[in-house]
Amino acid sequence: MIMVVLAVVVWCGGWWLNSRLANSPASKTRAVQLFVPAIFGITVLVVWELLVRGLEVSLVILPAPTVIAARFASSLPVLWEDFAQTILKGALGGYVIGCGAAFLTAILVDRSDFLRRGLLPVGNFVAALPIVGTAPILVMWFGFDWQSKAAVVVVMVFFPMLVNTVAGLRETSAMQRDLMQTYAATYWQAFFKLRLPAALPFVFNGLKISTTLALIGAIVAEFFGSPTVGMGFRISTSVGQLALDMVWAEIVVAALAGSAFYGLVALIEKSFTFWHPSQRG
Amino acid sequence: MKSLVAVLTVLAAIIALWYAACVPMNIKGVLDQAERAGAEVTPATAKARRDMSEIGLVANNSFAIGETWVQDRPRLPAPHQVAVELWETTVEKKITSKRSLIYHAQVTLSATLLGFAIGTGLGILLAVGIVHSRVMDMSVMPWAIVSQTIPIIALAPMIIVVLYSIGVQGIIPKAVISAYLSFFPVVVGMVKGLRAPDAMQLDLLKTYNANTSQGFWKLRLPSSMPYLFASLKIGIAASLVGAIVGELPTGAVAGLGARLLAGSYYGQTVQIWSALFAAAILAAALVALLGLIEKLVLSRMGVRA
Repeated sequence: MIMVVLAVVVWCGGWWLNSRLANSPASKTRAVQLFVPAIFGITVLVVWELLVRGLEVSLVILPAPTVIAARFASSLPVLWEDFAQTILKGALGGYVIGCGAAFLTAILVDRSDFLRRGLLPVGNFVAALPIVGTAPILVMWFGFDWQSKAAVVVVMVFFPMLVNTVAGLRETSAMQRDLMQTYAATYWQAFFKLRLPAALPFVFNGLKISTTLALIGAIVAEFFGSPTVGMGFRISTSVGQLALDMVWAEIVVAALAGSAFYGLVALIEKSFTFWHPSQRG
Repeated sequence: MKSLVAVLTVLAAIIALWYAACVPMNIKGVLDQAERAGAEVTPATAKARRDMSEIGLVANNSFAIGETWVQDRPRLPAPHQVAVELWETTVEKKITSKRSLIYHAQVTLSATLLGFAIGTGLGILLAVGIVHSRVMDMSVMPWAIVSQTIPIIALAPMIIVVLYSIGVQGIIPKAVISAYLSFFPVVVGMVKGLRAPDAMQLDLLKTYNANTSQGFWKLRLPSSMPYLFASLKIGIAASLVGAIVGELPTGAVAGLGARLLAGSYYGQTVQIWSALFAAAILAAALVALLGLIEKLVLSRMGVRA
């Protein structure tokens, strides 16, 4: 009971601290803008811990954060193996192939007005479909190992990336293209010096959307069959054994991998499109 | 009109490619069957055929090409097989039959819609809170944005099992997954929308001496509509994926996800493909419906598309 009361106290205390910080004159500084969400996150974790212990919630319903952390620390080798199988091989492999293929297709499509008119609506349509459903088919074709996961990822990221790149390649104005023409630039000169740089913000938007899709595809595809390693496999078998601390540890890995992957692409974007208004801030 | 021709051409090209792909994909199965039936096949044994490329097999056994489109359990079913299966399982079966896709689609759809309604409702409420409270904005918003980069769908199997162990089953667990998948896109989009009015418009309301709730109902809410609908379309697609994935780990007997899983267990490829197309049609219909509502709402508000 004391723990539950303590949880309420911690929650109110964290909220009070945050409202003081947010409404103080210092709220515009970078440090406070990082501190406030961090305090909120820590408060949630502490309240979670106290409530689980105070109400004696069973381990098969919700493990406490410390239990999850302990499990995380003690099963690092297993988690690393799963990470390598699912993220490094499945998701990353498919991501590179899918985004690369979509980028090249976009350049081809962009050369023909007819193709662009035809493919864009189809691409937009496909991008909204539940493509993870192709997982059982692709697992049947490419086997249980990471190749089938990479194939699911390829199908998932292809159309969002294609649509974004094609939109980006249309970004230049007629004036700019005319300028290139007066310079007697060839198609490829104009492409590399004008249209590709102008398309980069769109390309990176597609790349960023695809990072999340790649992880979703790789993990969900493992629910349909996988070798005895991988994050999706571990999640579904651990759920079956009611080892929820292991499931949460895998979810922590997925969350870290997801944000790191996204952050990495955002970082690369920053160094490539430093000239764009959205990056100058 | 020109676009329509282009789209139809692309679709025709995709279908043609699909038919062409069926030939090398299915040729081995066809030849094995033909050999068992006593037909002349080059090379004659399944073992010899295993080492040959599919293209070579097709070249050697051109009589079998027609068979690749009508197999019982092909590796890649031809478009017309999927279409026939879709027709038989939707129109020709009774809706209450366990083999009717409409029955399965309706199971998935009800979970999707329930979850979507809960997720959007809560999402809009949180967005309103975020826009009006600096504390909520600064503490919750970064987490909502980060959550977009995380494959939170990985939580799905756990939610099903945990809710089952506390005695909740049926439609609710799937709806919970759908709800949290549609929740975060709606929060992020709605916050953007409620912040869409520029300083000039907000100042105008201030000069009218409008209070916060008047500002909300007369300015912020109307100007957030385009953003809301954009994120609703993302949210409903995510909800459907959530409901389908939610049907996988429990060994559910009904729903499109269950159809997919059962098909993959028993090698019923035509069934998998038709369930997949049913899911695609459902997703497209839901997004199109939202688009229609968007058009109606925006035109009532006097926004020109």
